[in-house]
Order: sequence, then C-alpha cells, then structure tokens
Amino acid sequence: MSQAKSYLRALGSYALLVWSIAIDIYRHGLDIREIAKHIVAIGIRSLPIVLLTAVFTGMVLALQTAYGLQRFGAKNYVGNLVGLALARELGPVLTAVMVCGRVGAGIAAELASMVVTEQVDAIRALGGDPIRRLVTPRFVAGVISMPLLAGSALLVGIGGGAVVAVGELGISAHQYYRSYLYAVQIRDVVDGLIKSFAFGGIVVSIACYKGLACRGGTEEVGRTTTSAVVTGSLAVFVSNYFITKLLIILNFK
Amino acid sequence: MNTSHTPTVEFIDVHTSFGDHVVHRGLNFSLFPGEVTTLLGPSGAGKTIILKLIMGLTSARAGTVRIMGREMATISDRELRELRVHLGMLFQGAALFDSFTVFENIAYGLRERGENDQATLTRIVKEKLSMVGLSGMEYKFPPQLSGGQKKRVGLARALASSPKIMLYDEPTTGLDPTSTRKIDDLIVKIAKEESITSLVVTHDIQSARRISDRWMLLSKGTICADGSSRTLAEQNSLVSDFVSGTWKDEL
Repeated sequence: MSQAKSYLRALGSYALLVWSIAIDIYRHGLDIREIAKHIVAIGIRSLPIVLLTAVFTGMVLALQTAYGLQRFGAKNYVGNLVGLALARELGPVLTAVMVCGRVGAGIAAELASMVVTEQVDAIRALGGDPIRRLVTPRFVAGVISMPLLAGSALLVGIGGGAVVAVGELGISAHQYYRSYLYAVQIRDVVDGLIKSFAFGGIVVSIACYKGLACRGGTEEVGRTTTSAVVTGSLAVFVSNYFITKLLIILNFK
Repeated sequence: MNTSHTPTVEFIDVHTSFGDHVVHRGLNFSLFPGEVTTLLGPSGAGKTIILKLIMGLTSARAGTVRIMGREMATISDRELRELRVHLGMLFQGAALFDSFTVFENIAYGLRERGENDQATLTRIVKEKLSMVGLSGMEYKFPPQLSGGQKKRVGLARALASSPKIMLYDEPTTGLDPTSTRKIDDLIVKIAKEESITSLVVTHDIQSARRISDRWMLLSKGTICADGSSRTLAEQNSLVSDFVSGTWKDEL
C-alpha cells in the first residue's frame, strides 16, 4: 500500500514537473542559446551511436526478412519491410532507447550531482529557477533533437538494408528502393517523427525528474542514473503502444 | 556593535518534519542586525534545515517563520524571489557552478535579478572578490580553486547582492587554520561593517568562539540554550559539555 502511495506521489511530482516546464515556456519563452548548447549535447553527440545502431538494424532486418520472404518468392519486397519497420517502429524506438541510455543517464547524473552538492539550492537561493535554468532548455533540446536523430536513423537504416539486399541477397538497388517507395508513405514517416517528438520529451523529462528528485549523498547519484535509464526506456516502450494506437485512430478518421 | 532591536529573523513555535521524521519541535528565537549568532548542535539535529527555512528552500509544518517582517508560510513565489535579494547563503561545499567561471558564479544572482549591464557586473564582481581577498581570480573555474578559495568565492557570490541577512553552513569545515582564520575574520567584518544579521552553523568550536556574539544550542528539536557566547560556555552545563565533547545527550 505504501509502495503504491509512493508511486502515485512520484507520478504526481513528475506531472508537476512537466506542468512547470509548460508554464515556464509560456511565461518566459525559450532561451535559444541554452537550447542550442543542449541540442549539441543531446542531438549531435548522440548521432554516431544512433547511426551505428540504425545501420546494423537495417542490415539485420534485410537479412531476416529476406529468408522469410524468399520461401514465397517475394525476396524483392525486402525494401517494403525494412522501410516500414524502420519508419514506423524501430527507427523512433531504438533511437529513443539509445538516447535514453546515453543522454538520459548523463542528464540524471548531472542534475543529481547538482542536487547533492547543493547547487540546485544555490540557484534558488540566488533568485534563479531550476526549471528554467536546468530543465526547460534540455527538454526543448530533446524534443527537437529526437525527430532529427530518428529521421537520420531511418535514412541510414535503409542504406544498411540496401547494402545487405544488394551485396548479399542479390536484389538490385533499383528494386530495393522501388519496393521501399511503394510501401512507405509520407504518413508512415510523419507518424514515426511524431513518436520521436513525444519520446524526446518523455526521455528528457524523466531524466530531469529523476535527477532533481535525488536525495541523500553521492552514492545515490549512481542509483538515480540507473533508475532514469530503466524508467525512461520502459516509458518509451509503454508510451509507444498508446501513441501508435492514437495515431492509427487519427489516421483512419 | 551596531545592533538594532527589531529582529530580522523570527521563529515562533516552528515545527518541521519530513514524512514521519520529526526534526524541530517548537523552535523559538529571533536574530538581530549586526549580531553574529552561532548555531551549535549534534550532527543531524536539523541546523542546516533552519538555514533552509530562512532561505525559503523548505517549509515548516507548523509555526511562524518571519523574515524581515514577512511570513514565509504565506509568501508568494514573486515575493520570495524579491526577499531573497536580501538573503545570502554560504553553502557547506560552497555549491559553486562548476561550468561557470568565478566571474559568472558571482554575477549569476545579479543576472537573475535583471542586472545585465556588463560594466556594473564587472565592478561588483571585482569589489566582492577584493573583499574576500581573491582579486584577479575572475576567469578561473571552480575545479582550479582550493577548498578555502571556493568558500571565499561562495561568500563573494552570496554578498554580491548586498544582503541584510547572511547564513553560513559550516563555513570552515575542511579548511586549514589560515583559511579558517580568513573566513572567520570576513564573517565578523561583514556583520559589523554592514550591520548584517549573521547565523553560522558550525562544529568548529574555536571558530565559534572567535566570531560569535551569541550561541544557540539545538538538541532534540528545540533550542535548549541561548545566550552570550562567553557566559554560555562557562555557565551552561549543556553547552560546556557539548563544547568539551563530554555531552551524553542523544538526538
């Protein structure tokens, strides 16, 4: 019972944090310089691992689907499956999980360290607002960076699939791209980007919440970091179902 | 000594708790301008929480905390931000922002309060750095400073907005005797010259003897001794036991 209470309290505190971000943006607008700094940290510095993940995911998808499809003589449709899977699901989700591991952990550790060394109290004591100074710029940078990363992951993943399709499976590049373009519509790409947009907000806000909620000494910083990554990744998978459901309903209206 | 009889800080029957853990069970005291008060007590007694109650960084469960005539329980966020201009706090580990230079650390509070004129910021930062004996350190980063220097930069940062109340959380912990002496002298100088209300939390009894006009001993959630530092140490058995390390009282 007390466990359930503490989960509910945490959920309420998290909702308050998200509300505070919205209020801060409404009242004070955006600090473009700070946001740009965090876009470099969250977006550009995450690019190598996101692209590496995407290229190998595209390659393995091409391999796996080709073996299934060739039983029906449909090997030429590898591009359809690789494209759809990457655009709608794997691109946004894997990007979000990789960013959660790299950036979410970093944000949670940084903010938790600031809490335990009283820097967050110092911000408030000096008349500042930790939400405006620490959370909002990271949140906005996450929301902007994630769709850009997922878009890049899609392009590179399709390239990875093409390498396997052409190099190993003997499908012509023309056929691969034709089947991709035939299956993947603009709507699929837009849906994937909408998901990434949401995942960016979810991953960064959870990392900020966990960091700022850290209590105790420096040993808590490690636990906070682990918790931010686990909770952030789980939140991506859970929210993915509901966002997908919502997008399907909206698309069929 | 330039003291006034109008208190700047008043605690009236203040109770504080976190979940089931009761920290304060009815605190009653007042602090006055120009007076240096040292708050003594065992670790975990809730001394730092008193500083945070004054800063509005945490709130009391019951009772009245009145700072410069304003009740903290009913103060709005905007009023609290305005009030904090008159409050300065030196945190235990200095709490400097590691990614900022010394200049940016000291100027931070001023910028937050709308001061963006570079010439004014430079003048204030130089003046405060000179006051703490660290002129020329403006462009160093906190990791390049010693413990004592960090504390002095933290002090310069707290003093940047010329506060009326200064709070010190373990200002000399972990410092060598020379740095301790420098910080002690600064605390007294600032309090007397600017008639600032000063509340110091410390375990350093030598330092407490040097700087204090008044001692308060916090134990079991209440102020169990309060008076002149000289008379308390000699005449109050609780305080003399605490100071000599023979105190057996549990938290």
